[in-house]
Amino acid sequence: MSLVSIRDVRKSFGPLEVLKGVSLEVAKGDVVAIIGRSGSGKSTLLRCINGLETFQSGAILADGLAVGSVHTNLRELRRHVGMVFQQFNLFPHLTAAENVMLAPTVVNNVSKKEARDTAAEVLTKVGLSEKMDAYPSQLSGGQQQRVAIARSLAMRPKVLLCDEITSALDPELVNEVLRVVEQLAKEGMTLILVTHEMRFARDVGTNLVFMHHGKVHEQGPPKEVFAAPKTPELQQFVSGIG
Amino acid sequence: MTYHLQFGSLLPYWEVLAWGIVFTVVLTLVSTVVGIAVGTAGASARTFGPAWLGAAVRVYVELIRNTPFIVQLFFIFFGLPALGLRLSETTAAFLAMVINLGAYSTEIIRAGIEAVPKGHIEAGVSLAMSRFEVLRYIVLRQAIAKIYPALSSQIIIVMLGSAVVSQISAQDLTYAANFIQSRNFRAFEVYLVSALIYLLLAIGTRALLRVIGQRFFTVT
Amino acid sequence: MSDFSVWIIVKNLLWATQWTIILSLIAFVGGGIVGLILLFARTSQIKPLEIVTKCYIEFFQGTPLLMQLFLFFFGVALFGIEVSPWMSASLALTLWTSAFLTEIWRGCVESIPKGQWEASSSLALTYIEQMRYVIIPQAARIAVAPTVGFSVQVIKGTALASIIGFIELTKAGTMLNNATFRPFLVYSLVALIYFCLCFPLSFLAKRLEGRLNVAR
Repeated sequence: MSLVSIRDVRKSFGPLEVLKGVSLEVAKGDVVAIIGRSGSGKSTLLRCINGLETFQSGAILADGLAVGSVHTNLRELRRHVGMVFQQFNLFPHLTAAENVMLAPTVVNNVSKKEARDTAAEVLTKVGLSEKMDAYPSQLSGGQQQRVAIARSLAMRPKVLLCDEITSALDPELVNEVLRVVEQLAKEGMTLILVTHEMRFARDVGTNLVFMHHGKVHEQGPPKEVFAAPKTPELQQFVSGIG
Repeated sequence: MTYHLQFGSLLPYWEVLAWGIVFTVVLTLVSTVVGIAVGTAGASARTFGPAWLGAAVRVYVELIRNTPFIVQLFFIFFGLPALGLRLSETTAAFLAMVINLGAYSTEIIRAGIEAVPKGHIEAGVSLAMSRFEVLRYIVLRQAIAKIYPALSSQIIIVMLGSAVVSQISAQDLTYAANFIQSRNFRAFEVYLVSALIYLLLAIGTRALLRVIGQRFFTVT
Repeated sequence: MSDFSVWIIVKNLLWATQWTIILSLIAFVGGGIVGLILLFARTSQIKPLEIVTKCYIEFFQGTPLLMQLFLFFFGVALFGIEVSPWMSASLALTLWTSAFLTEIWRGCVESIPKGQWEASSSLALTYIEQMRYVIIPQAARIAVAPTVGFSVQVIKGTALASIIGFIELTKAGTMLNNATFRPFLVYSLVALIYFCLCFPLSFLAKRLEGRLNVAR
């Protein structure tokens, strides 16, 4: 029984069709790495899963909830599906702890004390317990992204979507974030990541999905797929990365 | 008194209304051209002129921007005659609008001039252009392109503000409206129609300014 | 003798100034409240609400304030409703202020990066929660300077209320001019008092613009 089930999803931006019938099954505990060129539809697919983008046809089921219909309760969906963004998008007027506490208190009606305990817990998990009262402007890019991950974790999601979360970071800061994600994977969190970090995809991923021109072109266990890509497009992509 | 609106009561007075519109449009047009010229001079004086001139311009701008237009108008029309300078309503209206728009456009254009990268000025000077030529060919073109939206807004504001000149009996659209409603007693209909005419003028002016802007002042 | 009457003029003008200040406050506060409601309506994504709000703003921004005052005073009287200059001036200025403030504030809200909307909606916040906890706290900071700047326009706008008979600074000036035949003196003093009211606010707005515009 898949935790996230994507069936033949099509999406267009106006006249431009970006997703041309994408199907994907994600089981609990999977770490799915989606790779591909820019414009292949990777981020769009991810954003369809938590309702940031709508799609014209097909079906998406996330943790038993149907996404994309008029009846979808987005609020309920987003309690179960969390997202971390390339640009972090931390709330600049709130401290790290307040960033983490906001959604639990407002959406889940958790008490301030409980929320703060949770914040301490998740911020410790990402290695930033001493930065609880720091403002985003006082944190490095890597630290901000880790706070963003903690912020999503505080809602106890079943699935975490990561949209190129290291692409906006200076190279020396990338590892601290990847280490956190690796830890989450070890603990059994279901992750769907759009990423350019091939080594990470190969070492930590359970399923590699190569997207090309709006479709899933090839997929499989990362080590196998990287070692022996079946399609010429993936071969080209892999050789281009080196 | 009236529960059914009678917009038809305006029809016999269409000529009065038309002349009022013409007056408002011409007044705005001429004041805009002269006012922007004043603003350009003021902005240039503040950025490139001697310190005393810049200070004088600054005082002028702050005085105008921090007092109501109607007070400026009354001052010019009622106050200046005490100094021996008697003006007709139309002249006073025109003068007040030029002085008013001149102050606002000085500030707006100055912001545009200061936004032009210093490097461009240095480049022009290095090409042996005189300061005046640099100003005219390099700086002003860019400056006006940048602040064009703000300037357009200000022109519209001044046009709408011109309604006040009716108070010194200059025969603009508002004066015409007052005249008509004093004759047909249909204040609501008359003022509503006049307001909508102003709205149309504002929309039209905005569109016209946008076209002019795209034609002459876009910097790619 | 002439010094004596200058003082009388000044006294009367200053007395009338309090009405200018009161009317300005009513318009600014009232306009602010209405403007905030309009802001939510304008950004709500509910099409009919947006259209009505847009028309409202277009009307009050695209027609002369003087016309609006005439409509609310002379025009409304025709429907049998008793309106005092106080009521018309307060109502017209409040609505006029609300149209401008809501546009200023909308600009500030729209300058907040889209990522803030996406992050907060991904955390399951509703539109109202997003506005309340994430967007408006940030937009408010940016909005302070232009809002203070607009208060100057409100004060200047009250001068037009004199035309429908509301007794404030400009009206007092006109009346004193008719009584003393000293227009140069009277209107200079009127201008001076307005300047003293407006300039500090203009100056404050400029200072705030520099201080609060720091990119985070």
